[in-house]
Amino acid sequence: MEFFQEIRNKPWLESQVEIDNAREGGSYALPAVKVGLRVFLGVVVVVFSLSVVAYSDRMTIADWRPVPEPLIMWLNLLILIASSVAMQWAVINARRDRTPGVEVGMLVGGAFALAFLAGQLLVVRQLDALGYFAPTNPALAFLYMLTALHAVHILGGLVAWGRTVLRIWGGKEAHEVRMSVELCAFYWHFLLAIWLVLFLWFVIT
Amino acid sequence: MVDVTPEKIEHVGPAEVPEVDLYHAHSWWTKYVFCQDAKVIAIQYGCTAVAIGLVGLVLSWIMRLQLGFPEFFSFISPELYLQFVTMHGMIMVIYLLTALFLGSFGNYLIPLMVGARDMVFPYVNMLSFWVYLIAVLVLCASFFVPGGPTGAGWTLYPPQAILSGTPGSGAGIVLMLVSLALFIVGFTMGGLNYVVTILQARTRGMTLMRMPLTIWGIFTATVLALLAFPALFVSAIMMTLDSVLGTSFFMPAIVEFGEQLAYGGGSPVLFQHLFWFFGHPEVYIVALPAFGIVSDLLSIHARRHIFGYRMMVWAIVGIGALSFVVWAHHMYVSGMNPYFGFFFATTTLIIAVPTALKVYNWTLTLWRGDIHLTIPMLFAIAFIITFVNGGITGLFLGNVVVDVPLSDTMFVVAHFHMVMGVAPILVVFGAIYHWFPLMSGRMLNNAMGQFHFWVTFVGAYLIYFPMHYLGFIGVPRRYWEIGETSFIPDSADSLNAFITVAALIVGFAQVVFIYNIIVSVFRGEKAERNPWKATSLEWQTETVPPGHGNFGEEAPVVYRWAYSFSVPGTVDDYVPQNVHPDYVKK
Amino acid sequence: MWVAIVVVLVALGSLLFHLFTPWWSTEIASNWGSMDLTIDITFWITGPAYILILLFTAFCIYKFHAKVGKNEAAPESNHKAAYDPENKKLEWWLTVGTTVGVAGLLAPGLIVWNSYVTVPEEAVEIEVLGQQWQWGYRYPGADGKLGTSDATLVNGDNPFGLILDDPNGQDDILVEGDDLHLQLDQPVNVLLRSLDVLHDFYVPQFRAKMDMVPGLVTFFWMTPTRTGTFDILCAELCGSGHYAMRGTVVVDEKADYDAWLSEQQTFAQFRAALEDKSKDNSSVVMNTVGPQPAHGVMSR
Repeated sequence: MEFFQEIRNKPWLESQVEIDNAREGGSYALPAVKVGLRVFLGVVVVVFSLSVVAYSDRMTIADWRPVPEPLIMWLNLLILIASSVAMQWAVINARRDRTPGVEVGMLVGGAFALAFLAGQLLVVRQLDALGYFAPTNPALAFLYMLTALHAVHILGGLVAWGRTVLRIWGGKEAHEVRMSVELCAFYWHFLLAIWLVLFLWFVIT
Repeated sequence: MVDVTPEKIEHVGPAEVPEVDLYHAHSWWTKYVFCQDAKVIAIQYGCTAVAIGLVGLVLSWIMRLQLGFPEFFSFISPELYLQFVTMHGMIMVIYLLTALFLGSFGNYLIPLMVGARDMVFPYVNMLSFWVYLIAVLVLCASFFVPGGPTGAGWTLYPPQAILSGTPGSGAGIVLMLVSLALFIVGFTMGGLNYVVTILQARTRGMTLMRMPLTIWGIFTATVLALLAFPALFVSAIMMTLDSVLGTSFFMPAIVEFGEQLAYGGGSPVLFQHLFWFFGHPEVYIVALPAFGIVSDLLSIHARRHIFGYRMMVWAIVGIGALSFVVWAHHMYVSGMNPYFGFFFATTTLIIAVPTALKVYNWTLTLWRGDIHLTIPMLFAIAFIITFVNGGITGLFLGNVVVDVPLSDTMFVVAHFHMVMGVAPILVVFGAIYHWFPLMSGRMLNNAMGQFHFWVTFVGAYLIYFPMHYLGFIGVPRRYWEIGETSFIPDSADSLNAFITVAALIVGFAQVVFIYNIIVSVFRGEKAERNPWKATSLEWQTETVPPGHGNFGEEAPVVYRWAYSFSVPGTVDDYVPQNVHPDYVKK
Repeated sequence: MWVAIVVVLVALGSLLFHLFTPWWSTEIASNWGSMDLTIDITFWITGPAYILILLFTAFCIYKFHAKVGKNEAAPESNHKAAYDPENKKLEWWLTVGTTVGVAGLLAPGLIVWNSYVTVPEEAVEIEVLGQQWQWGYRYPGADGKLGTSDATLVNGDNPFGLILDDPNGQDDILVEGDDLHLQLDQPVNVLLRSLDVLHDFYVPQFRAKMDMVPGLVTFFWMTPTRTGTFDILCAELCGSGHYAMRGTVVVDEKADYDAWLSEQQTFAQFRAALEDKSKDNSSVVMNTVGPQPAHGVMSR
């Protein structure tokens, strides 16, 4: 709402000139990368919400047949939560400048993320084996598409994660990688939230 | 007026700009090819966009030849015609205009105008260009695959886009969708830079309301693009799956040439909603930067502040917000729930109010100005004329019931070319004539510029103004050949031939323009610093063209808004943003 | 100076072109004169606005252009432009004026749209079926009701995909490869279906149009108000034969219309004829009414 306040200023008035001359440039007291990540996550939110809207619209058509959720999907959810917790642990350690803790947290978090991806692959194969072939069932097609889209985002996160881990192995101290660890963790939590919403949506429908 | 006594001036130190890792190129490759300097990326974007835009231009000539002289060109088959229509539209809207305004002007002007050293994520910014280049190459590749590029129209409506009755329904459409998805990925990388740089990297004193309107336009357009492109991204993925894997997101039960296909249950209208949820903001993604740039051109060349700056900012933001609730005005006759028509007609006509206010303020900027009829100014004035014309025909098409007889006719073609083809392109030209001295240190040739302007403006008006009237007759668009009908008079054929000739002449004028650029880069008259006497920061750099890091050792500090023209009590008719108040000649 | 003249010429030229253009709407043949009226209202509101803005721009250029060389900047300390960053009152009045103008456009538009989407009780239903690249028509027959249909049932023996055990469909009259006939002054609700891709049923003289979407039944209604023969065009891109997807609609007096209708085959008769034929010559595969590319389409 500050934004709407600000755009009512009259920059040409002497009184306003004095106020403005004392202002630093940035709009938010955050490092640029954090603002960047937030903007990017905004874009990701739009991608997933539009998919969910499309999904809901498609549901209203008569040929909609629900798919069972294999038990393994629940397990995957737990793994993803564990991954997020581990990343958060890395953040806590980074803030306290404890390099070994950061390393462990990051590695565990990454390992769980990889496990999640493997688990998701297993879900798809299981459904396939059950004879739910994607083209004939729109619910399944959406499930596959959203799973894949989500997995791609996790893979992207793993690239950033890999670079951070390499930096730790290369001898960087916790406080030096703190920003990267925080960004990774933030992204992890966000992807967890997205998956929670998607998963609940699958379960409900 | 107070005499300036240097003793009294308290020296204000440089702004506390955090030490940026200034990008220094170490080799030819990193200086000119894999370069992270936004200005180089801007030029790379610009050259690529213009190159693919020339392809789009040539495609339009071939289409016009077919429409103007349907008997003469036997090599243009109905399939080829549709493929050219499609590729022309897609290239011009996405790969030329979007890339040019945001990728090129955005990259060049944002850091310079807000007083930043560079974009905040230079590496990502570089990747953005390379992904864009790959998207363009994938697009070009579709010309060479079996079946050729897609001929589904730039809207790519399913089921038609992926069924065999449409040219390029195999590899062509898939490459198109892949190219779009790549474009969106690349754009998102760039867009993050534009938004975060404007938000976070402004120099000291550069408040939001001191930014030139160019930056406001680019900023809002980028936000729109970041929010709108995902819709195209999602629908591109879904359509690719429909096409390749045979899913039925958008495909209902279909009988194609007497044969039942395996699809069922999908919704073609859903695609249209997703497409236009992207497609309408896309219009403003192209228009808003043009609005911003033309505001600055008018102001600088009329030596007068933009009239009603705050209203201009509000209008840009308001139009941007409203553009997300008007999309279905492209779908009045699409078979969607007809009651949506009431809502979308209302929102669409509401958007006309802030747009009209912008037009008034542009003309009121000229009022009591000191108008210099430079070439950028000529283009800016021509923009006002063509934009008002195209905006008004938009009121026809937005007003749901008027759209019924006019939709899918040449009226629509004339409308959108006038409003988002001609008008923004005129701004692009004006902007190039305006900023060329900054980018190259040389002026563009004035005589060639005059020729280019007059032929382009008058020619484009002669092409598109009469074309509306073909739409009133009821001549449908996307017709390879209209042939014999009971309702189209023979004189319409002459009009079509006339339009074709005009289009070829206008096209030729663009060759002169490109020749002008190439010659002037090497042999143009040396430009003085700040030849237009502009106030904004990009003209206040240490060297021209600006070097790496833009501003030399000290970042500029901003003391006033970008429109201090003809301020009472000052000697010069402009005061640059970064001149300390005590140094202003009074 | 002459820039101002050109702007004036653009304004006047556009006005004169509009007033004397030989290219204008075809003579209307339906009840949708209100659409033409809305277009006229739009012209009356926006046309003067356009001319005024252009003339004002031209006046500004004439009155306020700098008297220096074209590419030279103004001499120093010589500023002639006025400085008044904003004028709330003026902007307020312009906002109000524009809003009133826009409301004046929107109100008639919405009123006419309301009647466009509200089908009158007395309208009779007919169906137009689009497929690449031809038109088919179906009349409700004696019972006045169209039978239900399903695209998955479409084959050579059932070109419209009618549900075979729906009694309403048996007396439906199917017209393929012939003109569409409408009765003068009889409101019709045109139901639109497509078998393959998007099409759009468009008769310029009727003004009305609507897309045909596979999987949906869309509609518009109109009343033919003048007898004659008119072109049907497809107005939604539907593939390489789009330009050739033409048809003809004939608006008849009631007597002529009834006479024509009575000559047409019902669905039941059509089915019976098919069975007879297959008995006569069972070795020939029947596909006489299966979709064929329209004439003039190049082979792919």
